[in-house]
Amino acid sequence: MTELDSGFTLARQLLLAGDARLWNIVLLSLRVSLTATVLACLIGMPLGALLAVGRFPGRRVLVVLFNAMMGLPPVVVGLLVYLLLSRAGPLGAFGLLFTPTAMILAQMVLITPIVAALTRQVIADAWQEMHELLHSLGASRLRAAATLLWDTRFSLSTAALAGFGRAIAEVGAVMIVGGNIDGVTRVMTTTIALETSKGDLPLALTLGLILIVLVLAINGVIFAVRGWSERRWG
Amino acid sequence: MSTWLQLERLRFAPGERRILDDVSLALAAGRTVILGPNGAGKSTLLRLIHGLLRPHGGWLSWRRPLSQAMVFQKPVLLRTTALGNVIYGLKLKQPDAAKCRRRAEAALDRAGLLHLAAHPARLLSGGEQQRVALARAWALEPELLILDEPTASLDPASTREVERIIKDIADSGARILMTTHNLGQARRLAEEIVFIDDGQMIERTAVADFFKAPQSAAAKHFLKEEIP
Ligand SMILES: Nc1ncnc2c1ncn2[C@@H]1O[C@H](COP(=O)(O)OP(=O)(O)OP(=O)(O)O)[C@@H](O)[C@H]1O
Ligand SMILES: [Mg+2]
Repeated sequence: MTELDSGFTLARQLLLAGDARLWNIVLLSLRVSLTATVLACLIGMPLGALLAVGRFPGRRVLVVLFNAMMGLPPVVVGLLVYLLLSRAGPLGAFGLLFTPTAMILAQMVLITPIVAALTRQVIADAWQEMHELLHSLGASRLRAAATLLWDTRFSLSTAALAGFGRAIAEVGAVMIVGGNIDGVTRVMTTTIALETSKGDLPLALTLGLILIVLVLAINGVIFAVRGWSERRWG
Repeated sequence: MSTWLQLERLRFAPGERRILDDVSLALAAGRTVILGPNGAGKSTLLRLIHGLLRPHGGWLSWRRPLSQAMVFQKPVLLRTTALGNVIYGLKLKQPDAAKCRRRAEAALDRAGLLHLAAHPARLLSGGEQQRVALARAWALEPELLILDEPTASLDPASTREVERIIKDIADSGARILMTTHNLGQARRLAEEIVFIDDGQMIERTAVADFFKAPQSAAAKHFLKEEIP
């Protein structure tokens, strides 16, 4: 218990001192996971919308596939991206392994199915409500997908949030493709894992607290945005 | 009056139940009102004609293809302003943004809603939403305007106004095909009444004759229920 207490005391000191190493880790985490989320949304949302309104062979198979991929273990994604980026791999020439770019790529691969699957659900519900109108007005399916993406923009923020939450909290993928190099590819989760195993609890605890606060804050913001939008647009 | 649409043994039966059963009907009037009890199949018939549903049997033969717009029983509006909703319908057919805006504003004005143009459409009252949906449809200036209970949630003044606009639109040469449960409205607007009951086409009669002496027992019974 005393170990934990002194851990918290040191954690507070670390936070208040504005420890540069600590904040670099936090900023890198945010940069990697936010970039991965933006990319996953750019790919996953249109994809999800097309899965909801499109009519093409293999659509059902894709829906099942994306739903299943939501539960992909991060270490497996990490391994796949590792193989892709390793020197002998197809993208090896770019020398991306053990860089933040590789971590972004891995997290993007991890959360794109989540964003796509959740988007599909939201758009499918909206399509149910609006397909007759859109059809009546002569909107093509592509146009309808775009319209519905815009119309459900506030509900879709939840899909983005789910993706970000998964990205910022995962260890396995960034650990494998980033290598957890001090000052280069060390993010909050990998630092927590490492420092805990080394017995350095204060840093691990501090990062754990920051992680929790971050996730709560972002949830709160999205919740507020949705509430506001519902009052604003119905 | 020449027939502009002929329905031949139109059948719609998605499951066990026949929702429309071999409906044969010639539509010739400029303003046709479909009457019938709840669940008779009126909305289904309008959807089939508008091309939203495919019949399981029979066919529709158009004298010539008509541009159409439809107003649904439940208004469906996008999460944008009232004006944005009307513009959306126009934009799909007319690339000129300025022209779209002018036409949309004119249509909203006609619906008596110009003062609410910048209002979020989904937060309008039920009747106002219905009028936005009407404006969106007539902004398109269709050759056939299909209206599914267009005044069901409107107050008396708005109802009178919408009836006047429907007449105007018909006078400008468009065909009107609509349903209503307001028999007074059917009397005022229709040239011909189509009466359907339980998925069956029962009769098609000129409006004066229908209300004076309907041909079928079912229609007689239907009219008897009217609260005077
Ligand atoms: N896609 C569908 N699948 C199964 N049943 C349907 C479908 N669409 C409509 N129905 C049923 O068909 C019947 C006719 O429905 P419809 O909406 O056409 O009636 P209506 O004449 O417009 O009635 P109302 O006056 O209440 O609007 C109803 O009993 C309804 O439950
Ligand atoms: Mg109906």
